[in-house]
Amino acid sequence: MSTTVTKNPSSPAILEFKSSTFSVPVLVLSGSDVDLIQEQLERKISLAPEFFKNSPVVFDLQLLNKQGLCLDVATLVDILIKFKLLPIGIRGGTSGQVEIANSLHIPVYSIHNNLSQTEPFQQHNKIQTLPEQTGATLNTLINHPVRSGQRIYSAGDLTVAAQVSAGAEILAEGNIHVYGALRGRALAGVQGDINARIFCFDLQADLISIAGNYKISEDLDDNVRNKPVQIYLRENSLIIKDLV
Amino acid sequence: MARIIVVTSGKGGVGKTTTSAAIAMGLAKKGHKTAVIDFDVGLRNLDLIMGCERRVVYDFVNVINGEASLNQALIRDKHCDLLYVLPASQTRDKDALTQEGVGKILDDLSKDFKYIVCDSPAGIEKGAHLAMYFADDAFVITNPEVSSVRDSDRMLGILSSKSRRAEQNLEPIKEYLVLTRYSPERVRLGDMLSVDDVQDILSLHLLGVIPESKSVLSASNSGIPVILDEKSDAGQAYEDIVARYLGEERPHRFIDEKKGLFGKLFGGK
Ligand SMILES: Nc1ncnc2c1ncn2[C@@H]1O[C@H](COP(=O)(O)OP(=O)(O)O)[C@@H](O)[C@H]1O
Ligand SMILES: [Mg+2]
Repeated sequence: MSTTVTKNPSSPAILEFKSSTFSVPVLVLSGSDVDLIQEQLERKISLAPEFFKNSPVVFDLQLLNKQGLCLDVATLVDILIKFKLLPIGIRGGTSGQVEIANSLHIPVYSIHNNLSQTEPFQQHNKIQTLPEQTGATLNTLINHPVRSGQRIYSAGDLTVAAQVSAGAEILAEGNIHVYGALRGRALAGVQGDINARIFCFDLQADLISIAGNYKISEDLDDNVRNKPVQIYLRENSLIIKDLV
Repeated sequence: MARIIVVTSGKGGVGKTTTSAAIAMGLAKKGHKTAVIDFDVGLRNLDLIMGCERRVVYDFVNVINGEASLNQALIRDKHCDLLYVLPASQTRDKDALTQEGVGKILDDLSKDFKYIVCDSPAGIEKGAHLAMYFADDAFVITNPEVSSVRDSDRMLGILSSKSRRAEQNLEPIKEYLVLTRYSPERVRLGDMLSVDDVQDILSLHLLGVIPESKSVLSASNSGIPVILDEKSDAGQAYEDIVARYLGEERPHRFIDEKKGLFGKLFGGK
């Protein structure tokens, strides 16, 4: 094929824009000490190195900025890249931070449900792919099995009144309830809610996570498997307790 | 209006075509006018199993392209007047099938037939997708091994999200599990998953279990759907499946190891 392109309006389209939703881990920072960030990041990643390797990540600076702490976005991006993460977005940054992000070609996401967002960076928002929900009911109820290859995202709590198959993935910003066997991956508190919990009838999960704290199947003790449990976070570690 | 049944699985070689031929024949023998369609464009083996390969003039793709009418392409089965086969093309590429074309053919067939059985190709590509898109019922063919079960699970996910019924928010496709090539001996030896294991993983209504059987190969070699071999275990198992699908209650058979001669004479069925 020749490389010169003739402008032909009738040539078949070879591209199109489609809208889709991805789930991307969000790194929520609440401190600005660069050494501490590196140290803790290293520890987190060592828990599931394969999971994090080349994983896209959005960093969230809202908590940090609320405390009046400041963090240089360029430095943070360098750290993330050093740990083989791929920063693809910033949230909750100040206008200065947003400006730096823009210069690094890092897209800006808005924080949804954030009513007092008057920051000028809203104008910079060219891409908004995080699911924006309005209205009161963000909770989701699924009445059928979630099958391998399927992925369900809830902006609130997620209740599955059936099983979740191996190879399926369920994500919720709030709690997760599974009234059946949980064999796939379940991630609660995906926007950083450390109080989120996972409840299930029969724990056989490939992976469980609350607010980014993971356990993979291999890490699950035999004495918590195959029974009803609840899972919650205490001091950054996942606690799995019998439900009854 | 016809009821459209898709016979599907993620994996190839699990028994979709064998099952399609058997249940289509079973439904027709029960007095229901039935068409069975080969969606496996390029491979085409339903007509071999049905023993009508030498009577193929036009095929599915000819009808879609308007090169032949449905009546010209449908082949009446030689064993049963109420059964018709719409063969796939062996020569054309898979892109020949379009959603619009398939929809139109199914619509036309629906006017005249009671059941339409769609024999799906393996995989989750276009052909498989089109075979299930318009379905009312799905027979998910699964072998008792982990990879097949996992593929079926994936297929079930696609059925529940990418079908006409899902897209139009209609009542979902009814899903039935058909466990094929089941060998109780191999289950006992731990080489295969048991019926219970499979049902536990898929949590799906079990329509029936087809035993691994030599009769399947000999039936297909002679171009006769195995359900017509009434003495064979596989034939009887398919007969049970058709009866159950039509609402009859029958106990499951062929799940336990064969009894010896003594057991056969004096133990249950
Ligand atoms: N119950 C069975 N017992 C023994 N062999 C079987 C059985 N079901 C299918 N087979 C064999 O398995 C192979 C694949 O079957 P086929 O129906 O063509 O599968 P698919 O359409 O899913 O690819 C064929 O050789 C067939 O004879
Ligand atoms: Mg086949």
